[in-house]
Amino acid sequence: MKPAAFAYLRPDSIPAALEALARHGPDARVLAGGQSLMPMMALRVAQPAVLVDIGRIQQLRGIHATPTSIQIGALMRHAELLGSAVVAERLPLITLALPHVAHAAIRNRGTLGGSLALADPAAEMPACALALDAVMHIAGQAGRRSVAASDFFQGLYTTAVQDGEILASVEFPAAIPGDKPFFDEVSRRRGDYAIAGLAAVRKAKHEVRLALLGCGDRPQRAPKTESLVAEALNCGQQPVRSDIRDALRADLDPPSDLQADADTRLHLAAVLVERASKSWLKGDTP
Amino acid sequence: MNTPLAADGPGSELEVRLSVNGRQVRRRIEARIHLADFLRHELQLTATHVGCEHGVCGACTVRVDGEIVRGCLVLAAQVEGCEVTTLEGLDATGAIADLQQAFVRHNALQCGFCTPGMLLCAAELLERAPTTDRAQIRDHLSGNYCRCTGYHAIVSAVAEVARDRLDAAGGVSNTTV
Repeated sequence: MKPAAFAYLRPDSIPAALEALARHGPDARVLAGGQSLMPMMALRVAQPAVLVDIGRIQQLRGIHATPTSIQIGALMRHAELLGSAVVAERLPLITLALPHVAHAAIRNRGTLGGSLALADPAAEMPACALALDAVMHIAGQAGRRSVAASDFFQGLYTTAVQDGEILASVEFPAAIPGDKPFFDEVSRRRGDYAIAGLAAVRKAKHEVRLALLGCGDRPQRAPKTESLVAEALNCGQQPVRSDIRDALRADLDPPSDLQADADTRLHLAAVLVERASKSWLKGDTP
Repeated sequence: MNTPLAADGPGSELEVRLSVNGRQVRRRIEARIHLADFLRHELQLTATHVGCEHGVCGACTVRVDGEIVRGCLVLAAQVEGCEVTTLEGLDATGAIADLQQAFVRHNALQCGFCTPGMLLCAAELLERAPTTDRAQIRDHLSGNYCRCTGYHAIVSAVAEVARDRLDAAGGVSNTTV
């Protein structure tokens, strides 16, 4: 289908974009790579009266590395991040997850900021941001503010970004030696939205961080399951799948839909956590 | 090109300039016209097919500044100043003649609707990963639907070209055909 008619603005700076958003209020939507917004408009799920295309704003691009963190501009495309040596070395979880993001042609256009600001509950990058404790830097006419990933994702397609604001960059704490990332997901077709997925890190100090995708209205940590897995691994044991599933049931409340019911999602999540545990345990064996 | 651009109201038109297959084009269009429709309706370049029109099927694949994209998920206005290459353009260079012949030899098409997208997608993989194998070919083509062939013949055609190009370059192929 064709999108409904809209006005199109292409500001060339962040202040100009914020001004355009302020002028048009809730009628306006930000267009980044457009790989989710364009289908939503084609299906007329979204019918913005005004599109503010931020795609040419150079200040929203770039990767800046410090000794402890990597800051990535919101407009950086998935394919650019997948090809980045800095990301591969210092944010290995992101490099593991990116091949699962849609297909090559979509990774060439889709942006990190677009994926995070849309907050699809089955998307990979939001779960990675949560697993890594990323901080989102949001630009508004009143100035910049920063929101932790744990506060950023607030519900189905809902984030801390308010009308009139733009997600400008994302800051990830860099991996430290000994961190062990894991990413895997289950989907019907390679590149389709996941039925369930897991972005995870076993920290050098043996803390385990699990962020599940497709298992709720937003990416979710699973604290009880994290404790269970960490304790088992610290004793050199593989956690039992039924225990993992019980812990996940306490942590999550997955939805049922045409793709899978809640029990199937819990089962798949448990399988993924089991795979992560096995990969970490294997890594511990000398 | 970093100029501010505006179509002020819904339905209003804006002027778009871009390069298509090496030719500079300029058109006044509605902002909502996506690149695939722009190519087909404004330029009569109909090798770019429009299937699902929401990013799922891959039939509208074209190159923007050398990278494959979904023509239906990019507005023509977004690629102002960019270089767009369609299958017509790629075909004219002769760069994928071997791939096209391999598709024929392997019966890698029946109705042909998905073929332009498949060729563009496969051509990119062959350029970037000359030592590709069948699993990687399947992965790279996973965003392109074919409802006729069952994919096996398409993968074989691409694998054969990968092997033959590598042979010609004196390298060792990783793939079975």
